[in-house]
Amino acid sequence: MSGLALQDITKQFGDFKAVDSVNLSVPHGKFVCLLGPSGCGKTTLLRMIAGLEEPTEGAIILDGEDITPVPTHKRNLGMVFQSLALFPHLSVGDNISYALRIRGASKDEQKRRAEELLTLVHLPGFADRPVAKLSGGQRQRVAIARALALSPKLFLLDEPMSALDAKLRESMQVELRQLQQRLGITTFVVTHDQREAMTMADVVVVMGEGRIRQAASPMEIYRKPADAFVADFIGSTNLLDVTADNAGRASVLGQVIPDLALPAGTAKASISIRPEDVRLGKPGPGAIPGTVTFVRDLGGTIETFIEAGGQTVVAVATPRERVDVAAGDRVGITLPPEACVVVKS
Amino acid sequence: MRRETPKSIADYTPLFFPAVMLVVFFVVPFSTMIAVSFFKRDPAGFYTPDFVVDNYARFLSAFFGRVLGFSLMLSVIVAICCVAIAFPFTYLLTRRPRAVQTVWLVCLLSVLSLSEVIIGFAWSTLFSRTAGITNLFVWLGVMQEPVALLPGFGAVLTGMVYQALPYTILVLYPALVRLDPTLLEAARTLGASPIHAFFNVVTPALRNTIVATLIMVFVFALGSYLLPQILGRPQHWTLSVLITDQAIYQSNMPFAAAMAVFLVLISLALVGLTLLVGRRENAL
Repeated sequence: MSGLALQDITKQFGDFKAVDSVNLSVPHGKFVCLLGPSGCGKTTLLRMIAGLEEPTEGAIILDGEDITPVPTHKRNLGMVFQSLALFPHLSVGDNISYALRIRGASKDEQKRRAEELLTLVHLPGFADRPVAKLSGGQRQRVAIARALALSPKLFLLDEPMSALDAKLRESMQVELRQLQQRLGITTFVVTHDQREAMTMADVVVVMGEGRIRQAASPMEIYRKPADAFVADFIGSTNLLDVTADNAGRASVLGQVIPDLALPAGTAKASISIRPEDVRLGKPGPGAIPGTVTFVRDLGGTIETFIEAGGQTVVAVATPRERVDVAAGDRVGITLPPEACVVVKS
Repeated sequence: MRRETPKSIADYTPLFFPAVMLVVFFVVPFSTMIAVSFFKRDPAGFYTPDFVVDNYARFLSAFFGRVLGFSLMLSVIVAICCVAIAFPFTYLLTRRPRAVQTVWLVCLLSVLSLSEVIIGFAWSTLFSRTAGITNLFVWLGVMQEPVALLPGFGAVLTGMVYQALPYTILVLYPALVRLDPTLLEAARTLGASPIHAFFNVVTPALRNTIVATLIMVFVFALGSYLLPQILGRPQHWTLSVLITDQAIYQSNMPFAAAMAVFLVLISLALVGLTLLVGRRENAL
């Protein structure tokens, strides 16, 4: 199979299992985001793919070949580090052509390739500048160009945008995605920023405590989170207890939700519903009664916090669809069954 | 960062104490030495104030030229050996866990507490025929019979490298600890083997540190006068040995002063040249 496969990868640091039996198969040319809170093992997993850490167990298969015992410098990959790790003693051009120089490419070829890559990352004519004189965004581009110098099979980036300010980060995300699509290179990005993952990825891999919690497309992760952890980590969500009675009807906060079914045999679970799916209206039959505790008007969106049945429910609406409520008002909440996702609690 | 330029005399007061120390302990003695180097020697006593260049003229002979040349060469070799050993060693040390580093650094610091005399005699025992390391080699079957490894150039070099090595490591340590470990990893992902990456990324990235350390060890080795006497033959004696000899045993202060001034000038010139070459290469 063409692409990268991780088979039962485990990494143990002393007593601590940083990565715990990870299985993942990525077809060639996909953009994968490893997403998770700090300490979830995502960077360790990336470093194992790069060969900078050795897995305690498991195998890494690239295009059908087991590369687990292959040392980093023979793996044919490009990597961008969080610190960028540009060589301070070399010019921009020499940084980029470093890999070619190691392979004994001619001076002309090094120069030509460096200029070609600089054009690719929108920095033509920067070859002779010292690295120290570049701005944050320019360094970022140089690091990307350097990693792509040998047209590697795998492109790995470890929190590449963390040093950039918010605005620049957003535009670099779009640029990186476009670059990846143009080159069709299998790419892994480690990030803890879910917006970054949603912007760039074909496949988002949510990790927690060393394990893969869910690996799917950004939309699926958002719409159908596999468990409470994923639902909570990706965007904001309402996690509400749901119980089923003898007749199999599911009820949330004391109100039966028609058309919502729990898996057979489950009496208790949780549902995840996105704040933008929560409908707000007048109290009445079929609606969960609640009291507004706080309204946050952010301009573009309005967040309403409602206390209902001892839990807090957040509803988000745009100003156009706003229901005019203030703190203290009694309201009725409706949860559209198609927006409720039953997750393991 | 913006710096205010000092406006009144009061702004300079923090500099007062270091300035006084520098004048009392460096400018005054050094000026005295320069003055004495032009004085006339009094064979019966000490010296009489005068202005003669005899002392410098006497120095310009083949004999002293050879000694000066040997001193400089020995110091350069010591500096190169120290950095060549200490740089990879310190680099590997900084990649170890913190606790391991501390143990090594404490051991190195304890070597610093040994005086030159103790180091000299310890090595003279180790290099002797009767009790030296060659006995160990004989016991291991590597050698036929024990031999004396001193006096000789190798013995002088070993002793001086041993003495200067802890300083070299302690000077290199902070720079190597601060070195971003991902630089080496980046080189590896770009297809460089670890050894390759060490030589064409770590070493050039720390070029300025290496040059500064070379100069420090060079100057340090230039002042060594006991080890060449204990471990070497007379032809291995450095200019510092001759200066001590003239000043203390021959009571020829003016000549000793002239040699000292000459040694300072030559080493300053060499250091300046090194920096100049370094700057030109940086500019390219």
